[in-house]
Amino acid sequence: MKFDEPAGTNPIDQLKVVGRPADRIDGPLKTTGTAPYAHDRHDVVQNQAYGYVVGAAIAKGRIASMNLEAARAAPGVLAIVTADSAGRLDQGERNTARLLGGPEIQHYHQAVALVVAETFEQARDAAHRLKIRYAPAKGRFDLEAARDTATIPEKTGSGDPAETAVGDFEGAFRDSPVQLDQTYRTAYESHSMMEPHASVAAWDADGQLTLWTSNQMIAWTAQDMAKTLRIPRDKVRVMSPYIGGGFGGKLFLRADVLLAALGARAAKRPVKVSLTRALMPNNTTHRPATIQRIRIGAQRDGHITAIAHESWSADLPGGGPETAVLQTRALYAGAHRMTALRLAEHDLPEGNAMRAPGEAPGLAALEIAIDEISEKLGIDPVAFRILNDTQVVPDNPAPPDPDKNSDQTAPEARLDAGRPRRFSQRQLVRCLETGAERFGWKRRRSKPGSVRAGHWLVGMGVAAAFRNNLLTKSAARVRLDRRGRVTVETDMTDIGTGSYTILAQTAAEMMGVPLSQVDVRLGDSSFPASCGSGGQWGGNNSTAGVYAACTQLRRLVAARLGFDADASDLAFSDGEVRTASRSAPLMLATRDGPLEAEDAIEYGDLDERFQQSTFGAHFAEVRVDAYTGEVRVQRQLAVCAAGRILNPKTARSQIIGAMTMGVGAALMESLHVDTGVGFFVNHDLAGYEIPVHADIPHQDAIFLDEVDPMSSPMKAKGVAELGICGAAAAVANAVYNATGVRVRHYPLTLDKLVQNGLAIA
Amino acid sequence: MKSFSYERADSPAAAAAAAARVPGAKFIGGGTNLLDLMKLQIETPAHLIDVNDLGLDEIESTDDGGLRIGAGVRNTDLAADPRVRNDYAVLTRALVSGASGQLRNQATTAGNLLQRTRCPYFYDTNQRCNKRRPGSGCGALAGVSRQHAIVGSSDACIATHPSDMAVALRCLDAKVSTVRSDGTRREIPIEAFHRLPGDTPEREHDLAADELITAVTLPPPVGGTQLYRKVRDRASYAFALVSVAAIVHRDGRAQVALGGVAHKPWRVETAERELARGGDARTTAAALLAGARPTRDNAYKVTLVERTLAAVLAQARESGS
Ligand SMILES: Cc1cc2nc3c(=O)[nH]c(=O)nc-3n(C[C@H](O)[C@H](O)[C@H](O)COP(=O)(O)OP(=O)(O)OC[C@H]3O[C@@H](n4cnc5c(N)ncnc54)[C@H](O)[C@@H]3O)c2cc1C
Ligand code: SF4
Repeated sequence: MKFDEPAGTNPIDQLKVVGRPADRIDGPLKTTGTAPYAHDRHDVVQNQAYGYVVGAAIAKGRIASMNLEAARAAPGVLAIVTADSAGRLDQGERNTARLLGGPEIQHYHQAVALVVAETFEQARDAAHRLKIRYAPAKGRFDLEAARDTATIPEKTGSGDPAETAVGDFEGAFRDSPVQLDQTYRTAYESHSMMEPHASVAAWDADGQLTLWTSNQMIAWTAQDMAKTLRIPRDKVRVMSPYIGGGFGGKLFLRADVLLAALGARAAKRPVKVSLTRALMPNNTTHRPATIQRIRIGAQRDGHITAIAHESWSADLPGGGPETAVLQTRALYAGAHRMTALRLAEHDLPEGNAMRAPGEAPGLAALEIAIDEISEKLGIDPVAFRILNDTQVVPDNPAPPDPDKNSDQTAPEARLDAGRPRRFSQRQLVRCLETGAERFGWKRRRSKPGSVRAGHWLVGMGVAAAFRNNLLTKSAARVRLDRRGRVTVETDMTDIGTGSYTILAQTAAEMMGVPLSQVDVRLGDSSFPASCGSGGQWGGNNSTAGVYAACTQLRRLVAARLGFDADASDLAFSDGEVRTASRSAPLMLATRDGPLEAEDAIEYGDLDERFQQSTFGAHFAEVRVDAYTGEVRVQRQLAVCAAGRILNPKTARSQIIGAMTMGVGAALMESLHVDTGVGFFVNHDLAGYEIPVHADIPHQDAIFLDEVDPMSSPMKAKGVAELGICGAAAAVANAVYNATGVRVRHYPLTLDKLVQNGLAIA
Repeated sequence: MKSFSYERADSPAAAAAAAARVPGAKFIGGGTNLLDLMKLQIETPAHLIDVNDLGLDEIESTDDGGLRIGAGVRNTDLAADPRVRNDYAVLTRALVSGASGQLRNQATTAGNLLQRTRCPYFYDTNQRCNKRRPGSGCGALAGVSRQHAIVGSSDACIATHPSDMAVALRCLDAKVSTVRSDGTRREIPIEAFHRLPGDTPEREHDLAADELITAVTLPPPVGGTQLYRKVRDRASYAFALVSVAAIVHRDGRAQVALGGVAHKPWRVETAERELARGGDARTTAAALLAGARPTRDNAYKVTLVERTLAAVLAQARESGS
């Protein structure tokens, strides 16, 4: 199904099932511990052996020698895989460093060997007996030092340009009566999802490779596995039906699954591999740290006239930048603008996407800057944001011209350079107003450090949330069986987000059956390829794919039952198919055998004609201990406008989970770099702190009513990343409001407060 | 994890005897620290002697009015004991600020005292660490040291002792009772129990290989306002950056011990004299941290100690001691 014109009224608009706060259909499996996660799949294939991954002990250099004798002789050992013995390997499209290192070492904990044994304990014991000598080389591990060597990146990952400029930023900034010029820093962060990377691999006699793994993007992983092993794509089957969190850390083929495949080949039996927690931060990907310079020039009345946002990050050679400036191209008005991404090379592990890549660290900085300039102007930060709202994308300089932008204009004409691009929906102002009202923003004192409760300093902060809505092709298959059950199959994944449930809701709505009559099967590369889970694109696109397939299935049903499939009053509801004149039970259609349909949603240029974005406003109230500088969040509220909310319950979980992650980024999450040795030092959950329950006392999420006919037939957009965008800055701004100490370097740990003038009395 | 043999002893004498018999043997209490270290092969005992069935899980009153805490008493039970809660509140407060409920259910009194540092370089066997591999150097000293010690450290090691319980015990002047395979018993004052790193950071105490901890004894109650203030980056489930255990009396006298700043719970007599003389948090902290050698990463702890002490003294004043 091609989606190239705005959606009209369609069966989803009935909202009998979609849009309701249905419980997760996979909930009972999870709460009873029976959902088959990758590492639990003892039953899928017999005779599984265990692999233990050995990570490089140096950050850069070469393996000088490897002595495997003692390990080979250890009890239970079946095989040892190293770069020497693995045969020629190619590299996945989406990997920056090789997943099996040696002799060259590209980063700390890069896998250098897999030891396969009868039991996990034997494999681990033998792994400790490997004797590896390294010849270390000097590496570059310090972003601050690398900053001056940064260049304009060739690729940005998102496909957006590395630089933009409109008007005359320098001149307008110079002439602005009120100016802000500050530099902000965000930390290296680790996804630290609950379930570590884990895989089981098995080869059959025909060279067919079957993988049970934990991965967000089935099709990417199947492709990159085939490419790395240099075997045909159709020889690889990937299954990942349940995933204990990913946050972007499981978007790609990683060492667990490649080494399981190589181990299984070497041991000639199925092999199970999981990464230890201590290996994950350095072996896998992370969110790169950034240095961001933001300059804002404003008129005394509060209007922004000049805004510039530059960001520096570093990655291994061949890697990409953290796209921290993207939101600044679209969020606030201002005639003179400039953004730039800069990328340096370094030799720390490879950076890549983590929940809301770009916007999460970008808004963490930008929204402090907005707080700072509002204060300089003496304008309330909510009011300042409203004042600088824009209904057209401000990076496009032409003034809005409503006549020429009418619907009669041909699409090509609307794409003319220099024409204003409107947002499909933009309710930032309402988000801010609603949030201010609900949060009690009135009670905030604008003078920092003026509210005290005993030894606590109390403050409130606000930040805008922004994240683009991405449209990608997504396919599905649906089947109606003789008993009237509907089965959905797609390689879409559920990483804890609720995909199972919203896909079932979509099929139930389309076919007019109750939710309990729908089965959803996900995460299998033998199913039609979906958009996968990432970039908050999963919800809208994968349900639209099911919508497309159901539309075909409805035609087949209509044909079997003798209805005109195009009749305007044809409805599927309550287990019946009806028009004004006639009705028939749905099950009648499959009396002579099941019906099946497959289709994909494919998009035209609606996302070029309209800027499709999601918006929100975050509010936070914090207490800061005046003595110790400990920051404790008291309340958080997010108000979101993100298209149709397919399931308010699962959507709320996404938002509050993301807000929690925002608190982590604001207050504690940071991979500490040893710039001498070249590694992330605190590489386990004892050292890498993320919020615990006691850190998150009260959260609320509100969704504004919104349907976005430009996004898909579902009229939905994504929410899973919007919730983290700006969340950290709201906390940081609240800390400033509470204390009067402005910290521009995340995370805002207590040392940065007590060493920068936090006053006790 | 290296393979090891295992036995379950049924009396303190049998446990000590087993330790004397098998070279490389170690006692195991709750196992919450030892097993983690064994999985990483930081500890590689050849033999484990389970000390959970020695009958050392009672808390008894002593003749002089103190308390004798069996080495096997779980942290949860110790914290909840009414005598401890009433008369040694600093101990309860310290215990419940540590680890998580599940860990405290499992952790024993002796095991808690002997838990090892949380220095990340100690935990990563690829890194240099004098404590783990004597003579290999100290990774933290040149690396990331935000958590590390500011006083009593050496050029060989700047690790901290992570226990909260031990800081309270130091404040309370507890004594550690032990027995050896030959039947020798001794009582070690808590201040002499943990060692400073010096040139031998691998040696954290002076217990002999066959020396079993049987009990920790508290002197008779000393009254006062008893507080434990633990400062950390998140609200729960984190080791102390700095902690202050304090017993503050009406007349201004106080006992104060610090956690998170040294290789052992840190208490300084001159600092307490300073307080008794009417000194404030600043002068007292200065006495506590005399000779401090912070790193760039942990210089904040100097300020933090003073501020946390100020918080504790203010709280003590408010509670009307
Ligand atoms: C995730 C996590 C978080 C934690 N957070 C904190 C915290 O915030 N604050 C805190 O204070 N602690 C914390 N801890 C540490 C915890 O308190 C210790 O692991 C626990 O107290 C150790 O007790 P155990 O009985 O399990 O010791 P074990 O692991 O059994 O033993 C530890 C050591 O003591 C020796 N030993 C045990 N019994 C005897 C005996 N009777 N005589 C002689 N030697 C003996 C063992 O040989 C071993 O060397 C944390 C631990 C974890 C895993
Ligand atoms: S501080 Fe001590 S424990 Fe840490 S690396 Fe140095 S020697 Fe080892």
